[in-house]
Amino acid sequence: MRAATTEPRAVRALLILIAIGWLALVILLPLFAVFVQAFEKGTGAFVDAILQPDALASIRLTLLTAAIVVPFNCVFGIAAAWAVAKHDFRGRNLLVSLIDLPFSVSPVVAGLMFVLLFGANGWFGPWLMAHGIRIMFAVPAIVIATAFVTFPYVARELIPLMIAQGRAEEEAALTLGANGFQTFWHVTLPNIRWGLLYGVLLTNARAMGEFGAVSVVSGHIRGLTNTMPLHVEVLYNEYNFVGAFAVASLLACLALVTLGAKTLLEWRHRDALAATGH
Amino acid sequence: MRRFVLAGLAASLMLGPIALDAAKAAPAPAELLNVSYDPTRELYRSIDDAFAAQWKAKTGQQVTIRQSHGGSGAQARSVIEGAPADVVTLALGYDIDSIADKAKLLPTNWQKRLPHNSTPYFSTIVFLVRKGNPKGIHDWGDLIKPGVQVITPNPKTSGGARWNYLAAWGYAKKTYGTDDKVRDYMVKLFRNVPVLDSGARGATTTFVQRGQGDVLLAWENEAFLAVNELGKGKFDIVVPSVSIKAEPPVALVDANVDRKGTRKVAEAYLQYLYTRPAQEIIAKNYYRPIDPVVAAKTAARFPRLQLFTIDRNFGGWARAQAAHFADGGSFDQVFAAAKR
Repeated sequence: MRAATTEPRAVRALLILIAIGWLALVILLPLFAVFVQAFEKGTGAFVDAILQPDALASIRLTLLTAAIVVPFNCVFGIAAAWAVAKHDFRGRNLLVSLIDLPFSVSPVVAGLMFVLLFGANGWFGPWLMAHGIRIMFAVPAIVIATAFVTFPYVARELIPLMIAQGRAEEEAALTLGANGFQTFWHVTLPNIRWGLLYGVLLTNARAMGEFGAVSVVSGHIRGLTNTMPLHVEVLYNEYNFVGAFAVASLLACLALVTLGAKTLLEWRHRDALAATGH
Repeated sequence: MRRFVLAGLAASLMLGPIALDAAKAAPAPAELLNVSYDPTRELYRSIDDAFAAQWKAKTGQQVTIRQSHGGSGAQARSVIEGAPADVVTLALGYDIDSIADKAKLLPTNWQKRLPHNSTPYFSTIVFLVRKGNPKGIHDWGDLIKPGVQVITPNPKTSGGARWNYLAAWGYAKKTYGTDDKVRDYMVKLFRNVPVLDSGARGATTTFVQRGQGDVLLAWENEAFLAVNELGKGKFDIVVPSVSIKAEPPVALVDANVDRKGTRKVAEAYLQYLYTRPAQEIIAKNYYRPIDPVVAAKTAARFPRLQLFTIDRNFGGWARAQAAHFADGGSFDQVFAAAKR
């Protein structure tokens, strides 16, 4: 059998070299620098920095935010992708464009939108205040802003996949007497589970790392409304470089764990993956 | 499994009243939020600990003070938008005025409620230069020499930058007299400014960590921090012939403390700033104390220089803000001319 590419070996080697070199320069080297800086004063200083009450609070807040946002956006993403891919209706293209909106709106603008809605002088702010409901500069605003920014990831992963898979299997299931939910649970969900997983992982990584929108709505209260990325900035501005990079490297580790989990799952289920065309 | 849950419920029902009694004996813990400006992080970390210990000893109540820091204008904005600050400790009176005007969270005469115009400490603006002062910068006149790079933050967002701007303006007014010549000086000065950070801390980081610029216009406390804590032996402080008395005031946010029921402890917190132990912490963090005894004791820490004031030389913050930092004010004109 002939190889798919016919380029000489030297060309292929050069291409691979460029890719790896670029990756090392713009991704691995800076990541490495973060870890070097974090451990500059030894493991003890690193552990101390992580165990500071404010640092622990920021870690808890980041995990809490992700734990709320990811399931919510997962459900929404499946519903939206299901609606768009398996049904025809008026305004379908409009819905797709709207789902993409958070991609094109700058996170700072996204944050300011919520200030306009929920701020003390915003549309709903005075009513919320009067009823003792606190959204701005508290956890709810952080969750909402993060949810907005990570809105499209699951839907965007699933829509092309579900369109490519077509409706034949669902139609067959319906013909055989399955109801809507059974069709979804036994036919659609198994087909999309890899795309879904990938979307969830992307959502999670972005939810933990979001800075801009959260920065606008958080109020930067130490130990209360600083997520990990915000806490990194606070520590950096206080010249606490070991602390800043310790929290930064922990954040990077969370992302690496996510990536590792994905790779492990893909490796363990590679046969199933091959079958679904991934 | 269910039996355990039921047993747990029963136990908590029995123990509940006991726990409530225990809570009644010691007052419920209180939490304050102090929304402050950029360079006060180290100061309030010490003040908060000292106050919490003193308050606990006096009343038995546990108090936790939360801090939020950023550019003074931006911090005022977030309080106006609803950040639940019990007290604000900002870089200049105008920012607290706007909270009183725009959001009506405290009375407009707030500055009369505490001694010394509600200003428990003050500072001034000095120069931070690289070790040995290679560019020979000794006074405001040296800042407009060609080839000198001046680092100062953006007066639109930073309180410290507004003090810097008015200090330079005051020097030029004293030296050159006419407004035209003052404007000329300011344009030349801003030609030498390569970047405008949004807050004082960002400008310090630009100068100290990233090595940009020849001179940083800084709060005196920020300059001392840089010299003594960050780069020992890497920087010198240059004290100009004249500068401005930079007065960062403090205020209770009435609407917020009444809603949260924290008025008593919040008032005590602000009054604590005027006590001797607090004034000593203030001097230790390189802010100038107003208590005469502490001031005399720590006089050696602070260089003597001629200081003009916002009230005497600029007619107060409301007028200074309108003349210099409002849209179309002198800063906008100077900055536009400098970029030409």
